[in-house]
Amino acid sequence: MKIHEYQAKALLREFGVAVPRGEVAETPAQARAVAQRLGGRVVVKAQVHAGGRGKAGGIKVADDPERAEQAAAQILGMMLKTPQTPPEGIKVRRVLVEEASAIDRELYLSITLDRARATHVVMASQSGGMDIEEVAAKTPEKILREWTHPALGIADFQARRLAFGLGLTGEPFKQGVALIRSLFALYLAKDCSLAEINPLVVTNDGRVFALDAKLNFDDNALSRHKDVMELRDTDEEDPLDVEASRYGLNYIKLDGDVGCMVNGAGLAMATMDIIKLAGGAPANFLDVGGGASPEQIENAFRILSSDPNVKAVFINVFGGILRVDRLAEGVIAAVRKLGLTLPVVLRAEGTNVEQGKKMLAESGLALTMADDMADGAKKAVELARRNR
Amino acid sequence: MPILVDRSTRVVVQGITGKEGAFHAARCKEYGTQVVGGVTPGKGGTTHEGFPVWNTVAEAVAKEGANCALIFVPPPAAADAIMEAAAGGIPLVICITEGIPAADMVRTRHYLGSTKSRLIGPNCPGVITPGQAKVGIMPGHIHKPGDVGVLSRSGTLTYEVVGQLTKRGVGQSTCVGIGGDPVNGTSFVDALRLFNEDAGTRAIMMIGEIGGTAEEEAAAYIKASVKKPVVGFICGQTAPPGRRMGHAGAIIAGGKGTAAEKMKALQDAGVTVVKSPADMGATVARVIGA
Repeated sequence: MKIHEYQAKALLREFGVAVPRGEVAETPAQARAVAQRLGGRVVVKAQVHAGGRGKAGGIKVADDPERAEQAAAQILGMMLKTPQTPPEGIKVRRVLVEEASAIDRELYLSITLDRARATHVVMASQSGGMDIEEVAAKTPEKILREWTHPALGIADFQARRLAFGLGLTGEPFKQGVALIRSLFALYLAKDCSLAEINPLVVTNDGRVFALDAKLNFDDNALSRHKDVMELRDTDEEDPLDVEASRYGLNYIKLDGDVGCMVNGAGLAMATMDIIKLAGGAPANFLDVGGGASPEQIENAFRILSSDPNVKAVFINVFGGILRVDRLAEGVIAAVRKLGLTLPVVLRAEGTNVEQGKKMLAESGLALTMADDMADGAKKAVELARRNR
Repeated sequence: MPILVDRSTRVVVQGITGKEGAFHAARCKEYGTQVVGGVTPGKGGTTHEGFPVWNTVAEAVAKEGANCALIFVPPPAAADAIMEAAAGGIPLVICITEGIPAADMVRTRHYLGSTKSRLIGPNCPGVITPGQAKVGIMPGHIHKPGDVGVLSRSGTLTYEVVGQLTKRGVGQSTCVGIGGDPVNGTSFVDALRLFNEDAGTRAIMMIGEIGGTAEEEAAAYIKASVKKPVVGFICGQTAPPGRRMGHAGAIIAGGKGTAAEKMKALQDAGVTVVKSPADMGATVARVIGA
């Protein structure tokens, strides 16, 4: 799960990570009031779940409250288009108004999971403010890494090593070490999947703080962080994704016209692949999961059929945890209840498969049965083409 | 000779009084696996659908000689269940649970390093040695005893390949699902090593997916050490970058972890890479001349 910069900064503040003074505003008048309270030059920053805001015109500097109001008026309501947003952009609903800082140096700091080493890694670089993936690709030696202990976390000497590596000395060094430790404490306490500060800045007067902040959270751990769950902004997500997550379904909308309903993430990905190989294009990734109930199957149908691009549905199920008889029950109930007219191709194997097939056959519904995965993909692609 | 589980495996099911735990304990027993009972803290001394229930894993080890734990405990308590099994002296711990927080697995894997236990999973279908023991949630009837080792990060896609193999009369030595989470107990390399050293395995079918670098590490190991023929498939060839495809581990991030990279790494290691998931079984059959 992602959150906004202003929300991330509030969490950073709570954990003792220095951030610029600032407040969020939803109207130009509010932005003006914040700028007045802060005094002096301010920065007005669009709050959307995407990076690359500066280049897209989502970040403006204002010398006084009046200009802050003007900047906010320009940014609020705009469709911000960056390489990380959908092609049509994301609507800006809030801006963060912050004190502007006299920046001496821009650094990079982040914490994430290193899968290969099975522990959390803290990364730092003197090349801050830039696309870190580009730095990693072109000059990997400019990125410092400290792998933390899986149980003990980050040691003081590791935080010092990073701060020295960032070229910090004197008072900024002390602040840097404390900031690294605080960020790690936040990362662990809130089950983040990513805590990234880019840039981490050193000001002309020797202060170190997080000028920008990005926090992503481990979806599997959200249930133990009610406070974090409350920060979710569903306006930033695809409406179908939001509906799917409410039903506990793993759904990702894609561009094609063959809707997929599959049990298991691997088989769901392979089903997308084989639809492509059959000359079609998948409309989505959808994993109905192991213990999919009839209600969930119905919800899955509801989501697939509310995507206007979907011209045929391919259900590909190899039962393990999921029992084919339960699936059949769900399919029959859902198709009847929703009055579904889309052509449906069903391929099902696994536990209680004969019972499931019999239930489908006796239902009197027009379902195309497929012999195997390749046959099912071929039939679904063909039906989608005819239904276009 | 299979790997990991066989006729002598004695399974204790953690979370046996839950719906899935009870259902699959019964299916494993039906298949012929020795399921000695289950553990649910607070329900010790009772029986559940014919299985004795203990409060702790250690009791199951002491009273019934359990040497394998099969875990269905819900995500918030699953990492603890893994550690309890290891602390109880269980050498093979198989965790089916999906949705364990990554930070829990980081700590748990570290803890396992101080024990002699091997963890398979989490978020996996388990392990089956056809005709001998099924310790997991896979449909047993699709398997057939034989000499092709199957390993995969995915559950149902493993059933898919097994179904394809069995239809062609190609049996399996053991099928291992290592799980779709970013931090798991047994890697591709670990499982490949077991198959490579197993006299009963003639060829290996490996199913990878997008995200991480486990397939690239597997390719390096295969190139250096595996003499048996390996067939590979990578799912997620059509997955968009930056989106988590169901499995917590299946995400193309920062342009890394793409199917194309992994397929190339495997090809360079001498693996026969199949493009279509429908061709997995036929390719294995061709490679071993069956």
